[in-house]
Amino acid sequence: MDISNKKVLRIATAGSVDDGKSTLIGRLLFDTKSITSDKLLAIEESSRRKGLDYTDLSLLTDGLVAEREQGITIDVAHIYFATKSRKYIIADTPGHIEYTRNMVTGASNADVSLILIDARNGLVEQTKRHLYIAHLLRVPKVVVCVNKMDLVDYSQARFESIVNEVKALVDKASLTGFDISFLPISSLYGENIITDSEHMSWYLGDSLIEALESVEVKSHQTDLPTRFPIQHVIRPKTNEHHDYRGYAGKVASGTLKVGDKVTVLPSGAVSEIKSIQKYKTELKEAIAGESVSILLKDDVGASRGDMLVKEGSLNFGNEITSDVCWMDNAPLVAGRTYKLQHGVSESRVKVLGLNHKVNTESLLVETNISGFQLNDIGEVVLKSSKPVLADSYKQNRRNGAFILIDEFTNNTVGVGFVA
Amino acid sequence: MNVFDGQFPRELEDESIYIMREVAAQFEKPVLLFSGGKDSITLVRLAEKAFYPGKIPFPLLHVDTGHNFPETIAFRDALVEELGLELHVRYVQDSIDKKIAVEESGKYASRNALQTVTLLAAIEEFKFDACIGGARRDEEKARAKERVFSVRDDFGQWDAKKQRPELFDMLNGRINVGENVRVFPISNWTEIDVWNYIREEKLEIPSIYYAHEREVFQRDGMIWPNSTFINKDENEKIETRTVRFRTVGDMTCTAAVESDADRIERVIEEILSATISERGARIDDKRSEAAMEKRKQYGYF
Repeated sequence: MDISNKKVLRIATAGSVDDGKSTLIGRLLFDTKSITSDKLLAIEESSRRKGLDYTDLSLLTDGLVAEREQGITIDVAHIYFATKSRKYIIADTPGHIEYTRNMVTGASNADVSLILIDARNGLVEQTKRHLYIAHLLRVPKVVVCVNKMDLVDYSQARFESIVNEVKALVDKASLTGFDISFLPISSLYGENIITDSEHMSWYLGDSLIEALESVEVKSHQTDLPTRFPIQHVIRPKTNEHHDYRGYAGKVASGTLKVGDKVTVLPSGAVSEIKSIQKYKTELKEAIAGESVSILLKDDVGASRGDMLVKEGSLNFGNEITSDVCWMDNAPLVAGRTYKLQHGVSESRVKVLGLNHKVNTESLLVETNISGFQLNDIGEVVLKSSKPVLADSYKQNRRNGAFILIDEFTNNTVGVGFVA
Repeated sequence: MNVFDGQFPRELEDESIYIMREVAAQFEKPVLLFSGGKDSITLVRLAEKAFYPGKIPFPLLHVDTGHNFPETIAFRDALVEELGLELHVRYVQDSIDKKIAVEESGKYASRNALQTVTLLAAIEEFKFDACIGGARRDEEKARAKERVFSVRDDFGQWDAKKQRPELFDMLNGRINVGENVRVFPISNWTEIDVWNYIREEKLEIPSIYYAHEREVFQRDGMIWPNSTFINKDENEKIETRTVRFRTVGDMTCTAAVESDADRIERVIEEILSATISERGARIDDKRSEAAMEKRKQYGYF
């Protein structure tokens, strides 16, 4: 099997409150026959109780009581469906202004960002924010669904004017790093979702499911320089495995082969890979994404938080310039200290300064700022208590991000993308 | 169902093993909650793989309602023996005797909800800081919003609005005194993923997952297993039918399905063509539309 065409595709969905995102997801589940009759029966009953004369597919995903009462989505929900060729994981994030943090969270693992636009309203502030987040997080593929085409008489002109509006924004704000495509759909009537629409014969492109099935997830991470963060050291200390020392972890990027020369960071100790193990199997090679144990020829004394690298220099230090998305009610201010978690490695950091903030609606840069409030995105300079073994996020998505943790509440309060 | 039914996607296993290793690294007293069901059996295999050739560095805990299928208990003891695992068992009956839990009454009486009381008491007794469970997000709507590391307070309560964001694969298990974390390593697996995994890994599972003859009776359109734990009406007739179970809970809250699937390939075929969801056979979920969300707020798994 071609590893570049992977079996699991992760999608982040985002949209404004009423542009029909939950209905679209409900439609995907319904039309791929991923919902069972008891679940369907339950939402048919709920629809009737609400006095609707149709089955409200959005009830499939609006899970919590609080959400159903208010008719909104309040947190990241994960939804699963499958076709013959792929398993899909949707991270469904709400489109409220106050929930940028959820969108960033959903996008962090996404191969595809699915953005909804209400055909009647066209491009709104929310759309800009979504596009900006897809750009910031380097989500490789963006699919823009212009929804509710049934409410604009399936107008080709309307669709094209929205497409042009979005393209103009992408150019003007230099939103790069993704491949973008556009689809006219009606999620209420299931048009261009799984089946084509007879009302939009002018549209010759893919239906949504065809577009998703054909997304090529290139094995970017495997092509990058090797990064193996040591997660856990396995030392059985039994007679049978007396000197066994396995460096367990998930390959962040690149490949590791038996016989490869490796350097342990930050110590700089050098050794050679003696064996790569996955449970009882000996592997010749491990690639990005695999959880394995690495045995080295020499005792290098490495521990959790250290990293094995091969070719390709990793410029690391104690001072980091980084974009940060702030996720806490208490603001980020210069001079405060936080815990920083980069992969499995932890350090303490102090905020040296705030360089600028990006207004995610106008996409303009603001300087002269005193702090980051909840949902703010901007650039900061941090000083760390020990070296942070990170790449630039733009170059390595799996080794370029970190989270910030409040030392008092222990909550995750921010996410950073190393410059 | 038109679902992906080919190989088990191995990247899910890589992700779950990574989560198991994070638990070992971030917590002092983790425990794996073991029910004897297929999901917790899958967890045991993942833990084995994560630390091999070392031993699984945490014990198992079974909260025993006393209403189990005897086949499940026999299976549990055999597995623990074979792998040399440490097993703690705590009994709902003890919580009832100590008057910290009250037995339900009536025709639908079940000890399912009482498990929470016994679980919380065990967490306090052993000072567990992380409890690994086999819940999956595809099972139910409230679970779809659950994190991989889910922080609970002293009362085991889950607050959907105050969950920590989980970005990339970075897990934050830092907690304050009195808090503990529920960990769900197979969050992203679906029912069919679990079955494909069991098939590919050739995992043993309790015999009640396969078709067998059993004394059952019909109630509310579902097939209930006959047992001394269930209060039957006089008109509920016992008959012997060939059935199997899709989930393994208590005998009081798990309905059977009519089936002649006697080996795993046929079980998978049956699930792929089923029109009722896995939890559709869970009597406890049917109590109200928000049943699971409410139970989770009170510390249920």
